[in-house]
Amino acid sequence: MRIPFVYNVRSVAQRPLSTAMTALGVGIVVAVFVAMLALANGFSAALASTGSPDNALVLRRGANSEMVSGISRDDAKIIEASPYVATGGDGQPLASPEVYVAVNLHRLGDSASEANVVVRGVSDAAFQVRRNVKITAGRRFASGAAEVIVGDKLVGRIAHTAVGDTMHFGGRDWLVAGHFSAGGSSFESEIWGENEQFMPVFRGQVFQVVAFRLKDPAAFDAAKRSFDADQRLTVDVYRENEFYDSQSELLTRILRFLAVMITGIMAVGAVFGAVNTMYAAVAARLPEIGVLLTLGFKPRHVLASFLAESAAIALVGGLVGCLFALPINGIVTSTTNWNSFTEVAFAFRVTPGLLAAGLIFGVVLGVLGGFFPARRAARMPVVQAIR
Amino acid sequence: MPLVEMRDVHKRFERDSQVVEVFANMTVTFEPGSFTALMGPSGSGKSTLLNLIAGLDRPSAGTVIVAGADVGTLNAARLAAWRARHIGFVFQAANLLPVLTAAQNVELPLLLTPLSRKERRERVAFALGIVGLQDRMDHRPRQLSGGQEQRVAIARAVVADPTLILLDEPTGQLDAKSSEEVLSLLRRLNDEFKKTIIMVTHDGHAAAKARTVLHLEKGVLVERQGATA
Amino acid sequence: MKFLPLVLANLGRHKLRSALTVLSVALALFLFASLRSVVTTLDASAQFGSATRMVVQNATGIVFPLPLSYASRLQATPGVEAVTWANWFGGQYGDGKRFFANFAVDPASYLAMYPEIAVPADQRAAFLQDRSSALIGSQLTRIFGWKLGQDVTLRGTIFPGDWTFTVRGIYTTTAKSIGEDALMFHYDYLDERTQHRVQPGWFVLRIADASQAPAVARRIDDDFRNSSAATKTGTEQAFQAGFVTMWGNVQFLMNSIGMAVVFAILLVTGNAMMMAARERTAEVGVLKTVGFADRTLFTLVIVEAGAIALAGAALGLGAATGLYGNGRFTFGGFLQGFRVTGATQVLGVGLAVLLAVASGIVPALRAARLPVVQALRKVE
Repeated sequence: MRIPFVYNVRSVAQRPLSTAMTALGVGIVVAVFVAMLALANGFSAALASTGSPDNALVLRRGANSEMVSGISRDDAKIIEASPYVATGGDGQPLASPEVYVAVNLHRLGDSASEANVVVRGVSDAAFQVRRNVKITAGRRFASGAAEVIVGDKLVGRIAHTAVGDTMHFGGRDWLVAGHFSAGGSSFESEIWGENEQFMPVFRGQVFQVVAFRLKDPAAFDAAKRSFDADQRLTVDVYRENEFYDSQSELLTRILRFLAVMITGIMAVGAVFGAVNTMYAAVAARLPEIGVLLTLGFKPRHVLASFLAESAAIALVGGLVGCLFALPINGIVTSTTNWNSFTEVAFAFRVTPGLLAAGLIFGVVLGVLGGFFPARRAARMPVVQAIR
Repeated sequence: MPLVEMRDVHKRFERDSQVVEVFANMTVTFEPGSFTALMGPSGSGKSTLLNLIAGLDRPSAGTVIVAGADVGTLNAARLAAWRARHIGFVFQAANLLPVLTAAQNVELPLLLTPLSRKERRERVAFALGIVGLQDRMDHRPRQLSGGQEQRVAIARAVVADPTLILLDEPTGQLDAKSSEEVLSLLRRLNDEFKKTIIMVTHDGHAAAKARTVLHLEKGVLVERQGATA
Repeated sequence: MKFLPLVLANLGRHKLRSALTVLSVALALFLFASLRSVVTTLDASAQFGSATRMVVQNATGIVFPLPLSYASRLQATPGVEAVTWANWFGGQYGDGKRFFANFAVDPASYLAMYPEIAVPADQRAAFLQDRSSALIGSQLTRIFGWKLGQDVTLRGTIFPGDWTFTVRGIYTTTAKSIGEDALMFHYDYLDERTQHRVQPGWFVLRIADASQAPAVARRIDDDFRNSSAATKTGTEQAFQAGFVTMWGNVQFLMNSIGMAVVFAILLVTGNAMMMAARERTAEVGVLKTVGFADRTLFTLVIVEAGAIALAGAALGLGAATGLYGNGRFTFGGFLQGFRVTGATQVLGVGLAVLLAVASGIVPALRAARLPVVQALRKVE
């Protein structure tokens, strides 16, 4: 014989305000949980979706970010000639030797702010190598011209990024020819232009990285061995997606740590709140518990009943919390990836998995909070309960 | 000069859109030093009458003058202060605060006076002495018997030396022995200390201890011959 | 004041409930203080720095170097008293997981520029003399266990290879703008080993008169505007502040979470107060009968809520202040001087008071307004 749930529902309805406040308390904790993890997710997703396993990146040996790497023109030619590099329809290697620097720009509306924005000088092949890059406004920069295209995430965050605007960096003016998207990846936080145009302005005749499409993605290890063995080069080769993954490691770890710590502390407070509510509920319903026990329900039925009630209240709270956190999805924010010392803009990312995790988290809070009170209810000697 | 004077008092209650008239044209006086028992069947309004005298409720019409004050016209704040000074009330259930000791419970009315801590403690000791519970000063209510709790309640009622002591079914929850303790105490308060007492009860035995017995029936107050004075 | 025993007795009625509520408030205020301290620390670091020191960087970006030849031109600029330079090295020690600042400096002029860096005279001389030596902050002896005279090898990231230095000096600092966990070595050593391919990352100047800063900055930037590397000159404070803005909208994030935390705890406390009040309706009736005024009962409830809130505040704010000490936690070097400021504590106490009022107001009003007769009806 189980205690019918309608008993719990009616009892809860007797104290609507108190129940609502407890549920809301749980809800807020769940909302913060979801929001903070969405922040961490958004950041790591932006970097994880950057790069494809079909592509490889070549950097100078020992460089831990594109910023500090350097590959000479000659070396770039050697890399392009490798048999592991795929060829395009026109017979040209699908390889893009690129210039990578970070320039100091102001955030829109705040001329005192500083952002180190990535400026990447690419070759034509880049648009084939990096498949998910699409022009979303205007057009591509013209070869030989002082023109750039701006990643979608920078538009509206950095000054002078509208199509037709003129940006100024490196001592020169650059026309914004268009905007581009790149599947939500960190490329959308970059400004792209032609590598040959950037070289004289920034670091001279040296590239920072060569990105190429693997002729056979499964043969990456062989490709890596080949480059390692090549006496003419001193380079490291990475799968493109794995490389960008590692770039995000530090900040993702920090964000996740923050998320766990903050929600952990809040959760303890919420559990205390739930404990209080449930103890009061039990105390108020002692006579009823006595009656139930007299009727023949077992103590563990009483325990289960109160636990279920606590869990249900928390579940409702969790649902509300998830609803609160949902609108955050897609909001773009930016910070500095201290690993590469560059600005990266990314969107909060609320996934169904995250929402589910939030709900479960909420229910766990409710069960934890209800446990001891429920146990007290179950252990109550009948005589004491009905007095 | 009567201590309590009720003139032409009407009292109505509205409960769930039903209007209940408890009594009308109630006129009665109580002299200082009197000990009156107020009897009547359930629902006759005797508790209501007591509440009106205590200033806990207002008459629907008419005047209630207690210790020289027209309680129907005092505002809530004045009423509270007046009550603190003039009224000692004892409930059917002793209604001691379970978190306080007997002494702290008795001290409560004194917190509303400007007396110093030392003076308060003396008065509390005195009051508990009168009711014979000085040795239980530091006990919590749950450590006392029903009769003892009620006696502490009486101590609380008299500690501030009020003008009037009102009791609502004081022996209703007590056994015979405890009832006897309480009633003897009341008698002593009236005989020795000349306290004016009005006691609502439906216990004839309790009423016998009073000097005057009034019956409230169908809104009408009638004096019946009480027991020996 | 004489009513205090009554308030305390009421709180002691359900010791567990009171304790849990106090702990909830403590946790919330601990969290609040922590979050707020991130904001205040970042804000404060933007105010570190001397008023007479200025930083000259490459206008294109901090990652671009400046020609060493600029040094003499900067020295000759009117208003400038002294010049030094440095270059970010970015080396890693061991597995590289523990970040610390390391950069190449021109030793004599750099130490002269920063008198706040205190080095014992003999160590200073040794550092200046040995070209392959390093000057380390005192914290590094604790973090990595380095000692005077020890050889330390860093793995270069910007400048590849293994770089070994001999620790010749350990410094402490009185300036908040310089951490005590940095490593400095000779610029000339860097220059030599890179076959003269390196250039200064930034220049630091001392000016004679702080009020001259804007004029000097303008003069220098105008001077180099059309050179190979245009400059961006600003006060040391502005330079630090720039770093803070690189964090992005941290302030907003921390404040939002802080508010959510406070609101959540308000619900917990309010709930506890309401439950307590509901159970005491009868007693309110008794007290009113005894003659307690409505206003007194109102105050008693508020004071009760206040006692819980302030106890929680003392516990939570105290824990945060004690835990973070005076700048021991730097979160890997990113938040120098992290501590709970007096302003944060005051804010925390203010929140606690607000909490007390907000959570107690409804039960207090109910208690005050409860008609005695109604309360008494529950009594019999």
